[in-house]
Amino acid sequence: MVPGLPWMPVFLGVVAGTVARLMLLRVDYRQYPTYPEAYLSHLAIGVLAAFTGAAVLPALQEHQWTAATFLVLVGQQFTGVRDMERRYLSSIDRVELVPRGPAYIEGMARAFEARNYVVMAVALLTSAVALWGHNPFLALVAGAAVGVAGFVVMQGKTVGDIARVRPGRIEFEGSLLEIEGVVLMDVGLREAREKWRERGLAVVVEPVDENARDTLASPGQRQAMVHDAAAILGVYIDVDSPEFTPLVRRDLRSGKVVLAAMLMEPDIGPLLEVVKRTPLLEASVRRPNSVRPGRRAAD
Amino acid sequence: MEQIETVGDIIAAVTVDRDSVAGLPTIVARDEKERERIANYMARIFQAVVHDLENGTYLIVRH
Repeated sequence: MVPGLPWMPVFLGVVAGTVARLMLLRVDYRQYPTYPEAYLSHLAIGVLAAFTGAAVLPALQEHQWTAATFLVLVGQQFTGVRDMERRYLSSIDRVELVPRGPAYIEGMARAFEARNYVVMAVALLTSAVALWGHNPFLALVAGAAVGVAGFVVMQGKTVGDIARVRPGRIEFEGSLLEIEGVVLMDVGLREAREKWRERGLAVVVEPVDENARDTLASPGQRQAMVHDAAAILGVYIDVDSPEFTPLVRRDLRSGKVVLAAMLMEPDIGPLLEVVKRTPLLEASVRRPNSVRPGRRAAD
Repeated sequence: MEQIETVGDIIAAVTVDRDSVAGLPTIVARDEKERERIANYMARIFQAVVHDLENGTYLIVRH
């Protein structure tokens, strides 16, 4: 143990950071992580982040300048961990019935990295307040405040925030499956069409403005909607019945997006809710109205 | 020549009209009921999708 390193601020920082990581670890809307191995590795890295954050200021106060170098090293480690998460998610994506898609995976890997930085910040502030305020209670309150702020900042928008989500109707023009005039796919077999008519659910997503329209245009975003619906409500297909795969297409004139799915739980209410709560992906978000050419082009 | 990215491969055609298909492995069915049955089996065998061209021919496509 480093001589003179005050244990109380460090201990409080580690505790605060770990608690923050535990709270961020809840099985979130994205159904990940779910297995104990994943919990443990996330938690362990969180504790590492907490310790680094907590130890930096006390170490610097004792003139242990190498602490600053450790911050850089840990930052590099976090990026390495993000790559690991991305590789893992990508490799299991290949055997999913309804894949997440690279955009969604990238967003999840980044969120994972960001959580560790929040933990580090919580631990840092807690140990700082404990070190200079000499008040453990105040330190924990400060840590909690940073944790809450970090959590709020990391909350992104959802599809429901930028669009109107409502039920639609599946119709067949010959063998073409359509929703409100948008063709989704050609379903050749008569019994497949019957199945779609019986169990198929249709959702229409209408963007509220140009920003929403261009965000929803992104295939990654639309794949995320379909994946979330399948993951949470269960998809009514297997590997040998690809004609029942959930599909999303967009209407080129209005920018509205239509979704057709066959689910294990064929209730339109939960499906609408899942689609509304689908997070917007960083890679998909577009804001043409924030720049002049975009505004000029807007009707 | 640039590689064109395909969205799927045509495995075969199943048709009631022998003359409407050329250049593909084709199975000629006696009537529409048989065509439906054969197309269904082929889709299961190849894990593929059946598409209806509405000219008497079904295409079995692997996506």
